[in-house]
Amino acid sequence: MSALFKSLSVFLASSVGKKILVALTGAALVVFVLGHLIGNLLIFAGADAINEYGHFLQTAGHGALVWVARIGLLTCVLIHIVLTIKLTKENRAAREDRYGYSHTIQATKSSRFMIFSGLIVLAFIVYHLLHFTLHIGNNYSTLTTSIHGETVHDVYRMVIQGFSWWPASAFYIFAILMLCSHLSHGVSSMFQTLGLATPRTWPLLQKISIIYAAIIFIGNSSIPLAVLLGFVK
Amino acid sequence: MSHSLNLQLKVWRQSSTNAKGHFQDIVAKDIPETASFLEMLDIVNQRIITEGSDPIAFDHDCREGICGACSMVINGKPHGPEKATTACQLHMRKFKDGDTIWIEPFRAKAFPVIKDLAVDRSAFDRIMQAGGFISVRTGSVQDANNLPISKEAADSAMDAAECIGCGACVASCKNASAMLFVSAKAGQLNSLPQGQPEKHRRVLGMVKTMDEAGFGNCTNQFECEAACPKEISVRWITKLNRDYALATLHDAVTAPLSTGGGGD
Ligand code: FES
Repeated sequence: MSALFKSLSVFLASSVGKKILVALTGAALVVFVLGHLIGNLLIFAGADAINEYGHFLQTAGHGALVWVARIGLLTCVLIHIVLTIKLTKENRAAREDRYGYSHTIQATKSSRFMIFSGLIVLAFIVYHLLHFTLHIGNNYSTLTTSIHGETVHDVYRMVIQGFSWWPASAFYIFAILMLCSHLSHGVSSMFQTLGLATPRTWPLLQKISIIYAAIIFIGNSSIPLAVLLGFVK
Repeated sequence: MSHSLNLQLKVWRQSSTNAKGHFQDIVAKDIPETASFLEMLDIVNQRIITEGSDPIAFDHDCREGICGACSMVINGKPHGPEKATTACQLHMRKFKDGDTIWIEPFRAKAFPVIKDLAVDRSAFDRIMQAGGFISVRTGSVQDANNLPISKEAADSAMDAAECIGCGACVASCKNASAMLFVSAKAGQLNSLPQGQPEKHRRVLGMVKTMDEAGFGNCTNQFECEAACPKEISVRWITKLNRDYALATLHDAVTAPLSTGGGGD
């Protein structure tokens, strides 16, 4: 037993081990981001569609499922952030003296601003949870509607009210742009770190990474834009 | 008749490891364009010596691109602007008359500056001692075909074996990570039959020593691959990541338990 824990603690202390954990938690978040987008796009299918979906999420497994998901996601976010901050600090310490003539050969812009884009997305997640999940500073929790004779939370009205204030929409779109940048490096990077990229798969993985990031950006920003432009009301 | 160049050099001067360094402006007049980059420095140094000053310290040995001793960053790129070329194999004809050239040491905490452009790369030696070898009797030549291996696998291992251990990967990496070097050295042996018995131990040992030396962590930006004078591919890093996960699993779960050598 102690041999088992010794190996695992060596793994967690190592650079490669930490990176593998960052990749695994990143993978979970990548899957979540797509699921979250698909659910949200139901807004274009009308009020009933998204309200029913919201009600389903709240009540699935007698309301237990949503908590399992929340705790799981929060754990992933926490591990991802704590480790990446630690790795970034180590990276800075590994080169204390900067070059007098700095030059970048092929590292992409998004790969160089991962910690920056990541921290903006973190700030966004906090704002987003306060805004739409905890309803701090608004009365969205009082919005209700009825589906099949049951009184449920009116997600549809909440989204429209939330995005009608343009600064909120602007921040959402900016944050999604940062997420898009983060994903364009992160998705393919994840396969590389997990040892799953090969010379045969790498060109494809890079394309998938960019396309995935673009889908997340277009999909997510379409909602505040549609509200602001009055397509959804 | 070959041309000669007049250059403005900005050379990093640092008298010892803990001394504060600075860029010194040096005018390099009448440099033949047939000279190699190191020969240009030789000419400059000879003039400095004649003036009675301290010549620029830099590492070099073979001057034919195979030993990995030369180590300097020229205009922000380890070994200079030419692809797949060491500083000693870089020629002055690649520069233009009147150019300003920045010359600085490989910068990484794990590679402390000894003097000027010379850095201490013994961290690489320690990594090699932690697993960059196989423990077999090397006395006599094996019978042919004793160790079956495909041509492709042998060629692939040879690609990794091209690494000359110069440290350009560390110098170019935004995080001063040594992953390209370590992965090439581990990967070469891990893909050969002779390397199998010590594979897991090698991977764990080399990564541990790499971390202890104070190198940074790879963030998959692949500056290393682009700067490598031997064009070692980052696919070796992928393999090291994979092999590290497998080695941990082996070590944690499936490795035979030591019984103290007394038999079962
Ligand atoms: S001096 Fe040997 S590789 Fe440059």
